[in-house]
Amino acid sequence: MSEQAIRLDGVEKSFGAVRALAGVDLTVATGECLGLVGHNGAGKSTLMHVLSGNLTPSAGTLSIAGKPYDRLWTAAAAQAEGVRCVFQELSLCPNLTVAENVRIVHRSLKGFGWKGRAHALIRQKLDEIFPNHGISPDDEIAGLAIGQRQMAEIARAFTLTDGRLRLVILDEPTSSLDAVTAQQLLAYVKKETARGTAIILISHLLGEILTTADRILVMKDGKTVADRKAADFTRNSLVAAMGSEAREHTRGVAKNSTAEVMVRAQPRSGGSASLEARKGEIIGLTGLAGHGQTRMLLQIYERRQAEVKGALSFIAGDRQSDGVFNLWSIGRNITTRSLAALRKGGLIDLAAEQRLAEDWKQRMAIRTPDVNNNILTLSGGNQQKALFARALASDAAIILMDDPMRGVDIGTKQEVYAMIGAEAEKGRTFIWYTTEIEELTHCDRAYVFRNGAIVAALGSDELTEEKVLQASFAEHAA
Amino acid sequence: MNRRFLRQALPFLTLAVVLAATFYVQPRTMSYFGLNLMLQYAVPIALATIAQMFIITVNDLDLSIGPFVGLVSCIGATLLLDNPLLGILALLVLIAAYGAVGALIHIRNLPSIVVTLGLSFVWLGIAVLILPSPGGKAPVWLKALMGVQTPWVPFPIIAAIVIGVVVHLALMLSSYGVIARGAGGNPKALTRAGWSMLRTKVVMYMLAGFFGVLSGLALLGLTTSGDAHVADRYTLYSIAGVILGGGEFIGGRVSPLGAVVGALTLALAGSFLIFLKISPDWQIGAQGAILIIVLALRALVSYGEQKR
Repeated sequence: MSEQAIRLDGVEKSFGAVRALAGVDLTVATGECLGLVGHNGAGKSTLMHVLSGNLTPSAGTLSIAGKPYDRLWTAAAAQAEGVRCVFQELSLCPNLTVAENVRIVHRSLKGFGWKGRAHALIRQKLDEIFPNHGISPDDEIAGLAIGQRQMAEIARAFTLTDGRLRLVILDEPTSSLDAVTAQQLLAYVKKETARGTAIILISHLLGEILTTADRILVMKDGKTVADRKAADFTRNSLVAAMGSEAREHTRGVAKNSTAEVMVRAQPRSGGSASLEARKGEIIGLTGLAGHGQTRMLLQIYERRQAEVKGALSFIAGDRQSDGVFNLWSIGRNITTRSLAALRKGGLIDLAAEQRLAEDWKQRMAIRTPDVNNNILTLSGGNQQKALFARALASDAAIILMDDPMRGVDIGTKQEVYAMIGAEAEKGRTFIWYTTEIEELTHCDRAYVFRNGAIVAALGSDELTEEKVLQASFAEHAA
Repeated sequence: MNRRFLRQALPFLTLAVVLAATFYVQPRTMSYFGLNLMLQYAVPIALATIAQMFIITVNDLDLSIGPFVGLVSCIGATLLLDNPLLGILALLVLIAAYGAVGALIHIRNLPSIVVTLGLSFVWLGIAVLILPSPGGKAPVWLKALMGVQTPWVPFPIIAAIVIGVVVHLALMLSSYGVIARGAGGNPKALTRAGWSMLRTKVVMYMLAGFFGVLSGLALLGLTTSGDAHVADRYTLYSIAGVILGGGEFIGGRVSPLGAVVGALTLALAGSFLIFLKISPDWQIGAQGAILIIVLALRALVSYGEQKR
C-alpha cells in the first residue's frame, strides 16, 4: 500500500480568468481506491483531465511511481504508463463495434488476428466484471442501451494487453448503471485494487464512496479541503466538508401565500412532487447539475403537462448556443422577443424598436456606446445583460432562467440580482435554475431535483448549502 | 438485426433492380460485350467514389474531386506520355497536396466544403493551363489495361470487385481502418486514447488523392485523350455513390463495397435512361430521382429500427 502509483504536486489550471485548479496535491498508492467528492465546479473533472493527459496544467508536477515525469504528459503518454480514464460523457465511437472500440485504446492490437484477440479480451473482462451482461463484442455501440455502453467502456478500461495497469479513473461510473450492475462494479473495484491497481472513484453517491474507497479526498473551489481515511468520515461530516457554513439569506420575508398561482407543474421525468410558483415569487431550482432542472424549465416553457398563466420568456444559460444571435446588433438582440408588440401596419416600427433598445440599454446599464453595434462587441457579462433585457423588455409575466449567471463577473451579477428583485416586486414571477447555491439566497423558495424528480422544497429560511446538499445526495438504494 | 441487414443489403438490391430493368428494356445488354460497354465508365467513377468515401469517413466533404480527376487525365495525356518520370512525380505531388489540404483543414478548423470548392477551381485552372483544349494522348499501357478482355467475366466487373474488396479489407477489417472510422465516429475519444487526429486526417486525404489519381488514369485509358472538363460531374457522382452505398455524411459510417455498388448503379442508371430514350438533359434529374427514392427507402428502414 505504501508505494506511490501516481502523484500530483501543486497542480494549477486556469481557463481565462476562471481558476479551475488552484494548487492541488494528490497521491494515490498502488492498490488503493481513492474516493473524490466535491460539489459541481469544484474542479474534479479538470483534475481528471490533467491526470489522463488531456489537459496540460499551467503549473505543477506529476510523478509516476515516485519519479517525476519530465516529458510532456499527453494522452498517449498516459496510455503508455497504464493510466486509463472512464469519462462521464462516454468515450466510445458509436459507429464501431465493442471489439473495435477496444482496439482504439490498445496500440498492440494489430496485425493478423487482432479482431479475435480484441473479442476475447473484452468478452473475458465483461464476464468478469458484469456477469450476465448480454453484450456481444460484435454489437455496434450505437445499438446498445446507455447502461450497456457504460459497462462496455468500464470493462474496456480494465483490459490489458501489454505493460501494466497503474491507475484507472472512474468518473461517475454508476450514473447509468442499475443497482445490480453498480454493485458488481464496486465489488470488482475491490478485487482490482487487491491486484495492485490504483483506482480513483468519483461519485455523487456518497454511500458508494464511503463503502468502496479506502481514502477520501474532498475538493472545493479548485483545492483539496480534506483528505482522510474513509473510515474517519460519516455521511454528515462528508457533506459538511464539501459545503461551507450557512450564509445569510437576503429574502427572509415570506411572500403572501394568497397571491395568484402562475405556474404549477409536475416533472415529467419522475416523482410525484410538483412545483408551484405564485405571482411575484422568485423560485429556485437546485440540486446537482443535470438532474432534470433544465428539462423542468423546458416543460413549463413548452406548456406540456404544466398549468401556466401568462406569457413566458426564457433566458438561456449557454449564451453561445442558445442565447445570442451572433450576427445581429445589440438592439436587435434585445427587441427580438418583443417584435410582435412593435408592429405597425404589419411591419416593424423601427423607431419604436430603437427606443425600446435604448431604454433597456439604460436600465440594464449595458456598457456600449451604441446599441447598433454587433452583439459580439460586448463582453460576456454584458451579452448576458442583453439577454436579460430581452426577457424583461417583453410582455412575459413569467421568466424562466436556465443557470443564466454562468461565467458572469460578480459586479454584473449584483446588478442583475437587484433587477430581478425589483421586477419581482412589480409582480413578475421568476423560475430560476442555478448551479450556484449562493444564488438561492435571492429566492423565496427552492426545489431540489434528483434524478429528474423534485425531492425537497425548501422555504427561504431553510435555504442553506448544507440542506441543499443533504437533499441532493440521497442514499443510493442499492 | 434484420433491419440492419436490410439497410446493408439495400445498395445491392438497388443495383439488382436497375440491372434487371436495363435487361428488360434492352435484352441485348445481357451479354459479355453489352455489360463491358455499359459498365466500363463505372471503373473511374467507382475509384472517384472511393476517394470521396475516405474524405466522408472523417466527416469532411470533397467538392474538388471531379476537377481533380480531370487534371490527372490532362497530366496523364501530356506529361506522363512525354516524360514518364516527371509525370509520375507530378502525380505524387498532387497526392501530397491532398495531404496538405487535409492538414490545413484540420489545423485551422476550416470547413472542408469551402476549402475544396475553392480548390476545385485551382485544379481546373492548372488543367486548362496544361491542356487548353481537349487533346493529348493516353499512354499505350493505360489504353491496353483499360481495354483488356478478361475471359468469362467482363473487365469492369472484375475491377469493381477488386477495388471494393481491397478497400473493404483496408478500411473495415484492418486495425488501422478502425482508427480511421473511429476518427469520424468520435474524434474526442480518439484523441483521448492518444491518437493524432491530424495524422489520421492527412492519411485519409492522401488516400483520397491516391484514388483520385487512379480514377483520372482509368478515365484517360478509356477516353484516350485528356480533357480538363471530362470529369466535372464526378464530384456529384462520387458523393451520390457513397450515400447510395449506405454511407452517411457524418459519423464515420461508410461501406466500401456499398460505395462501389453505388457507383455501378449510377453508371448503369445513365445507360438505362439512354435506353429509355430520355434526353441527356434530363438524365441528371432522373439520377437525382433514383437517389431520392433510395434515400427515402433507407430513411424508412432506419425509422423502423429506431421505433423498435
